Amino acid sequence: MEQERHWLTRLAILAPYAWLVAFFLAPFLIVAKISLSQTAIAQPPYLPVFDPAAGWEGLKEFLAAFSLDSYAAVFGDSLYLWSYLKSLAVATLSTLILLVLGYPVAYALARAPRRLQGALVLLVVLPFWTSFLIRVYAWINILQHDGLLNQALLALRILDAPVSWLATDSAVYIGIVYSYFPFMVLPLYAALEKMDEALLEAASDLGCPPWRAFLSVTVPLSLPGILAGSLLCFIPIMGEFVIPDLLGSSSTAMIGQTLWLEFFGNRDWPVASALAIVLLVLLLTPLLIYRQREASVLEGRG
Amino acid sequence: MTTRGRLSVVNLTALALGLAFLYLPIAILVINSFNDSRLVTVWSGWSLRWYRALLSDDAMLAAASVSFRVAFLSATAATVLGTLAALALTRVARFRGRLLFSGMIYAPLVMPEVITGLSLLLLFVALAVDRGFWTIVIAHTTLTLCFVAVVVQARLVTFDRSLEEAALDLGCPPLRTFLTVTLPLVWPAVASGWMLAFALSLDDLVLASFVTGPGATTLPIRIYSEVRLGVKPEINAVCTIMIVVVATVLVAASLMTKRRQARDAAALGAQL
Amino acid sequence: MAALVTFEQITKRFGAFTAVDALTLEIREREFFALLGPSGCGKTTLLRLLAGFEKPDGGRVLLAGQDLAGVPPYRRPVNMMFQSYALFPHLTVAGNVAFGLRQDGLPKDEIAARVDEMLALVQLSGFGARKVDQLSGGQRQRVALARSLAKRPKVLLLDEPLAALDRKLREETRFELKALQTRLHTTFVIVTHDQDEAMTVADRIALMHQGRLAQVGTPVEVYERPNSRWVAGFVGDVNLIEARVTAVYPSFVTLERGTMRLRAAGTAVAPGPAALALRPEKIRIGHAVPEREPENGAAGSVTDIGYFGTLSIYKVRIDDGLVLKAAVMNEQRDAARAIHVNDRVWLSWAPEAGVVLAD
Repeated sequence: MEQERHWLTRLAILAPYAWLVAFFLAPFLIVAKISLSQTAIAQPPYLPVFDPAAGWEGLKEFLAAFSLDSYAAVFGDSLYLWSYLKSLAVATLSTLILLVLGYPVAYALARAPRRLQGALVLLVVLPFWTSFLIRVYAWINILQHDGLLNQALLALRILDAPVSWLATDSAVYIGIVYSYFPFMVLPLYAALEKMDEALLEAASDLGCPPWRAFLSVTVPLSLPGILAGSLLCFIPIMGEFVIPDLLGSSSTAMIGQTLWLEFFGNRDWPVASALAIVLLVLLLTPLLIYRQREASVLEGRG
Repeated sequence: MTTRGRLSVVNLTALALGLAFLYLPIAILVINSFNDSRLVTVWSGWSLRWYRALLSDDAMLAAASVSFRVAFLSATAATVLGTLAALALTRVARFRGRLLFSGMIYAPLVMPEVITGLSLLLLFVALAVDRGFWTIVIAHTTLTLCFVAVVVQARLVTFDRSLEEAALDLGCPPLRTFLTVTLPLVWPAVASGWMLAFALSLDDLVLASFVTGPGATTLPIRIYSEVRLGVKPEINAVCTIMIVVVATVLVAASLMTKRRQARDAAALGAQL
Repeated sequence: MAALVTFEQITKRFGAFTAVDALTLEIREREFFALLGPSGCGKTTLLRLLAGFEKPDGGRVLLAGQDLAGVPPYRRPVNMMFQSYALFPHLTVAGNVAFGLRQDGLPKDEIAARVDEMLALVQLSGFGARKVDQLSGGQRQRVALARSLAKRPKVLLLDEPLAALDRKLREETRFELKALQTRLHTTFVIVTHDQDEAMTVADRIALMHQGRLAQVGTPVEVYERPNSRWVAGFVGDVNLIEARVTAVYPSFVTLERGTMRLRAAGTAVAPGPAALALRPEKIRIGHAVPEREPENGAAGSVTDIGYFGTLSIYKVRIDDGLVLKAAVMNEQRDAARAIHVNDRVWLSWAPEAGVVLAD
């Protein structure tokens, strides 16, 4: 339907656009700017501060004061590099675990009787809505020294003495897998549900045993779902803060924690900004892939 | 290989295990909130003492009030902006900066909150804006409007455009068409979007922590600071309440959407 | 009848694809006009250009002499009946029919009266309070019709209105539509790919092919005097006999194809290659093969017989290899004159039966 740009259409485009440019895009530019600034014991704790009243000379001074010190710090200090690597490792491993655990559940959901599917999907999604923090906290309950996990394992005589589950990497993985489970299951379910059962029947008719049909028909067809679910998990897990903070140890922090520490603890805004920018650049490729996928899926039909 | 209609044992087990995994920690937490004992490991009978303790915990109640008000305001703003964004993306074929626009809609969905939180805080500092209640509202609106846009867009894409064309053809100008034809038929999706935004705002910790200011402590921030010191039974009670509230809202939203959509689908589908 | 709708050099492109190519067409007042053509020929696009849902990339659309450029669909005195009916599911039948009238701000009792009038017109009186999902397919179609006529538009556009109906209902509804149009004196423009539909209801038909007009005329003109091979082949069944025009006389032309001599009644063609278009029902078939082959005839053997109840279609391979179809009404019940597969037969036709086509 082609019209002259009706004022409603203009509003529909401009209002959210303006909001997002102001509160999403512009802030990133500011982060970039601050990452190029120097730390200062001042309010705000960085230099230079742009003073519009200073005019053109002020602007030149402003630009001259930019430095790459923060980036040097980020790349020079092994602490930060290990932080990135740790995040990368945790994100990759968690995503794989999520994929392995989530696929059977998504598959079962897709195979369930149609009238039950809605209710079952709701059941899977419901915990997601009952507060992220609460769910992580629930695991503290279970994993702490006198918590239920130890109690159960002692009772079953698998353990002789309570084990420290908290403040370990395993606890972090459990927490992450628990929290991000629906993010993996739902896209997988969406892709599997679309699959025509007749394809499996055709494979069977052509002499393909069930397990081979699964590998050569079901899995390839669910690839878009696998990709979507993986991106939906990997990208945010990279920047996770709450879960490693509550469940993990402080031996090697993930980048989210490091960033938080630099910002609130050391009050080193330029370094924190530089860390954020580097993280953003690392995530750029998966982000673009994600945007490309979602855009083509949802807008293509419009 | 099963035919639709019955679940194989394998599938049933997977589903059961999956759901158990998801609900066990929550169930434990809920049950524990009624545990008279302070210790998780000792059961000393049913009791509501922690809920009573909550009522006299002024700090917690204040935080709850802040959270609900922020959630309401940001959800409403996000729904308006997100619906407009969804309309723009599905109805307008080309406009300048469309690529950037859709990028800005999808990116916040997955971007780590530490990045968005940091960037917003720096914006507010650069603009010398006092941080507090309203900065949290702005931050939450920005994040949740993207979720609303995605939800509403998914509905708009399946919306039968010939209904809008029929209205236009019969003399109804575009704005009135939107209000009298489109909106009544997609409002379940818009309402779901609102509820999604509400739940997300209520739940958010990281973003709020970055942009908060004095006197604007949200419930998650409060819970978080308490939790860092260890498990406390009152927290179990708060969490149970939040679970019940959000679950009710969600189930209501889902039922509403399903019933309305089923009826509309029957009416439309049989027309063709 | 004066021209009501004029398309002047109308062009519409979708990206690299040209849907309507510099098309000029006139639709007259009070006529039932059909746009006929295969899918993708641009007929629906042309309709939508008139309704205002598409903007032309070139040319003009005029309604009663007034240029419609810049006039949005909700301000055009044109109404459309959609292929999917597009009934508002959240309104009742009366609500749907009254929708357009409410936009004009008419007083309530006037609206109610008009709604009753419209429902009576489509024989759905008393259905006003029903919800859309409680109606059958045929009833929905009539509500859609009532709704599109409620505002008494100058032109009613119908986008494949009968496509969703089963055969019996389609035939009945065709006659009802025609009767309605005659009674209301409104100009109807119908888009269809079904030639039977177009031929039955339309006063004039425009055949479209790849965005251009192939031929415009009454059903008789289009069927009996097609202007091209494409039109001849699209509307109904046709035999195309490729031949050479040997001589042009004032009232007839002669053609040659191998040893076959053909004569066709006066058409303006130049000597050279051409096709003789012959409808199957114009060909006579019989067992008696003449010794000396007269003109307008050919001998051959029957390869296939299609029995359609009312008529039979005989496929005959004539001696130079060409296959011709002859359609014969089965007037007699018994098989006295029956022709069988592999029979040797003689096909013949009158000089007036065929049309010579140059392109």
